[in-house]
Amino acid sequence: MSDGDIVQDFLVESYENLDRLDRDLIELERNPQDHDALAGVFRTIHTIKGTCGFLGFSKLEKVTHAGENLLSRLRDRQLVLTPEITTALLTMVDAVRQMLKTIESSGQDGDNDYPELRENLTRLQDPAHGGTPTPTHENCTARAELPENPTPDLSPSPTEARLTESTAASQPNEARTRDASAETIRVGVNLLDRLMTMVGELVLARNQLLQFTNSLEHSGLHAASQRLNLIATELQEQVMKTRMQPIGNLWSQYPRTVRDVALGCGKQVEIEMEGKDTELDKTIIESIKDPLTHLVRNAVDHGIEAPEARIKAGKPPAGRLLLRAYHEGGQVIIEISDDGAGLDLERIRAKGIARGLLDASQAAQMSERDLSHLIFVPGLSTAEQVTNVSGRGVGMDVVKTNIERIGGIVDVQSISGKGTTIRVKIPLTLAIIPALVVRCGGERYAIPQVNLLELVRLDGGPDSKGIEMVHGAPVYRLRGQLLPLVYLKRELQSGRQPMPSLGSTQQLAEDPSVSIVVLQADDRQFGLVVDEINDSQEIVVKPLRKQLNVAKTFAGSSIMGDGRVALILDVLGLARHANAVTGDRDHLEAEKAAARNESGERQTFLLFSGPDESRMAIPLSTVARLEEFPLSEVETSGSQWLVQYRGQILPLIRLDRVLDERRRTARTKRTLPPQNCEPLQVLVLNQHGRTVGLVVERILDIVEDSALIQSPATRAATLYSAVIGKRVTELLDIAAVLKAAERDSSQSGASISKAAAGAH
Amino acid sequence: MPQSSQFCTFYLDKLLFGVELKGIQEVIRSLISTDVPLAPNAVAGLMNLRGQIVTAIELRQRLALPPRASDVAPMNVVIRSEEGAVSLLVDAVGDVVEVDESTFEPPPDTLQGNVRNMILGVHKLPDRLMHVLDIERACRMTEEDEFSVVGH
Repeated sequence: MSDGDIVQDFLVESYENLDRLDRDLIELERNPQDHDALAGVFRTIHTIKGTCGFLGFSKLEKVTHAGENLLSRLRDRQLVLTPEITTALLTMVDAVRQMLKTIESSGQDGDNDYPELRENLTRLQDPAHGGTPTPTHENCTARAELPENPTPDLSPSPTEARLTESTAASQPNEARTRDASAETIRVGVNLLDRLMTMVGELVLARNQLLQFTNSLEHSGLHAASQRLNLIATELQEQVMKTRMQPIGNLWSQYPRTVRDVALGCGKQVEIEMEGKDTELDKTIIESIKDPLTHLVRNAVDHGIEAPEARIKAGKPPAGRLLLRAYHEGGQVIIEISDDGAGLDLERIRAKGIARGLLDASQAAQMSERDLSHLIFVPGLSTAEQVTNVSGRGVGMDVVKTNIERIGGIVDVQSISGKGTTIRVKIPLTLAIIPALVVRCGGERYAIPQVNLLELVRLDGGPDSKGIEMVHGAPVYRLRGQLLPLVYLKRELQSGRQPMPSLGSTQQLAEDPSVSIVVLQADDRQFGLVVDEINDSQEIVVKPLRKQLNVAKTFAGSSIMGDGRVALILDVLGLARHANAVTGDRDHLEAEKAAARNESGERQTFLLFSGPDESRMAIPLSTVARLEEFPLSEVETSGSQWLVQYRGQILPLIRLDRVLDERRRTARTKRTLPPQNCEPLQVLVLNQHGRTVGLVVERILDIVEDSALIQSPATRAATLYSAVIGKRVTELLDIAAVLKAAERDSSQSGASISKAAAGAH
Repeated sequence: MPQSSQFCTFYLDKLLFGVELKGIQEVIRSLISTDVPLAPNAVAGLMNLRGQIVTAIELRQRLALPPRASDVAPMNVVIRSEEGAVSLLVDAVGDVVEVDESTFEPPPDTLQGNVRNMILGVHKLPDRLMHVLDIERACRMTEEDEFSVVGH
């Protein structure tokens, strides 16, 4: 064994011991007479100290030595554990952990030898500062602790016996170590991953063999391959299990976290855990670690009231924090509940208005549930005071984002005066996911089932397909709602390649049928057009190399049944990419932010650019159709433009004339449309039985937004300006536009009749 | 101190290249690969090498050499790297040569541009020059590298 190996072993072992120290110290604080635990703590520190001396980490040795001295006084009952001492010891544990990290990264124990900490530890050895010596230590009982039960006072101890100090200290622990080492071994995650890979490969080889044997008539071979089949399946399941870890591993650090936070803000909190054995994939545990820790800290800091307030409210002074984990429908639910005051909905409401997230009338109409969901909006913190723990308004939104990143959901329920429960729903594993396999451009792609809403297949000719164009952006009417379509083939081509010509339906007409996969990315739906939809299957996710991640469109790769590699689409990334191509990159982000505040009424807007590139919107509900007219079809009557449309005459309203009074005079002369321009983009509106066409410069997009941030209108014929899709957008006043157009045409009509009169 | 090391050699457009033998996992004939749309140009695809997903890198593209004739199937030189295996697509594989440190020279100053970063230098073999490839650089494609359609 080389030096490096020894150090590595020392590190691994010490980290584990330190985790147990945290638990033991908290336990000890609750039950200072538990000399068994104390002896365990002492021994751990002693071991670290001893090994440090051996490996030459002198600074680490110094720190642990100071701690050991203090602990020995406790063990010898010259001192009684006080919160102050516990804090000092926990600080020492942190310091040791820090130094171990330094050793891990640099091989040395660093420059810091924590003089203040050591001084403090030494000072506390003096009974005058620390606790008073215990009056008697004759009737002390010691308990044999169960290996998996660091909280012995919760369960009746199996053996209670009078033991002398030394035997009490050593015996149960030795037994514990022996048991553990006999039952378990330490295996590197790399090895497990490798095993996973090999098993995956074995399953593929088995599939090929099965195909082969099916074509042969040999009963012996059939039986053997059948057995191989079963064994391989079983093996795969078992290997998957090796990656599973009980959530208790993660939770074990929370008693310490809770204690620190509670102490910091003068609260009393008891933590309880249910369902510690609930197992989750290692990668999931890693990725929920930070969000969960944040939620726990938050619950203590915000959720649970100070003792005085609790007594006033008729509750016990110590708050209760309950962590629960359980399986439900193939997913794992983690609940973090406190019995605190609950969310202060009024303050959230006020804050939401103050931050401009909603206006007073919307705020008044919002349900409690919607209001409580506002805590996930960035920048909204209800804590009166910003503490170092929470209240800075970052956090809950990050928690939500992180949970959603792994396909999870966060929900909050709050009862005023009774407490708050945060529910986190996460998948069991990320390593194997159900996915839909589609084909596009000769390659297969897997789409994670979580993102999948439905499949639509359109048969028949191009006209009956139901795909329409919003200025070249294809949409499909899915039960009356316009679903933006994204062509996978087009998205997977380089962004530098010129877009196929806008609005060309010919391109779509080539395929006899169209397969649309309706997907959900964030709060937005879109239809992904693929060549072929294959089937859904469970796939083993393998990460892509970083260098390939340049393309954010893929979440990973997987090996298919025939041994070839298929890429897994990252639906959110793909949606972003699709928007990037059309040049509205921030659109989705904005929508996401807007959608997070699930407040007020969300409306679907049609975005378009008006005269002078101004960004404008009207509610989509007012738009009957979107049309494109070649200029050759436009006829004029006076200054009024007209087109023949579905057997009717459709008057066209030119926004530039309506909106800008000053220019109108200059432009009225140009009654004939210029002949060489692009076709006109027209919104067909139905208003009070009249059908008119509104000529706009360009149709930009259709977005769902609540348009919460508003400012008054700056010019005629607009209602107000609002932030829609992250950018300031003017809301067109359709009634005013129609009125202005009427005025306009009657004036020009008058001039026509005058001209006619002159001709006579 | 041993001054000599073993190199696996391969050919790219008549040029002789070498990578240190100890970094090589294996050399195989071409495998079916899956295109990675939107990836850097030099990414030839992903291959399944006994359950291990390997990124194939078209070295000709990487080193700004003309594309390989379509009737020549490339060979895969599979390299172990920090992020798993990478396969370098080359024209043909040559011998393993043992070279002495003394025959090494850095690239001439006249060699400029992106390619210079990927060539550590040359070993002067008796009959020709062997380019020593900087594998790390060759496998690491930064954002500056151009993107375009792969394999279409």
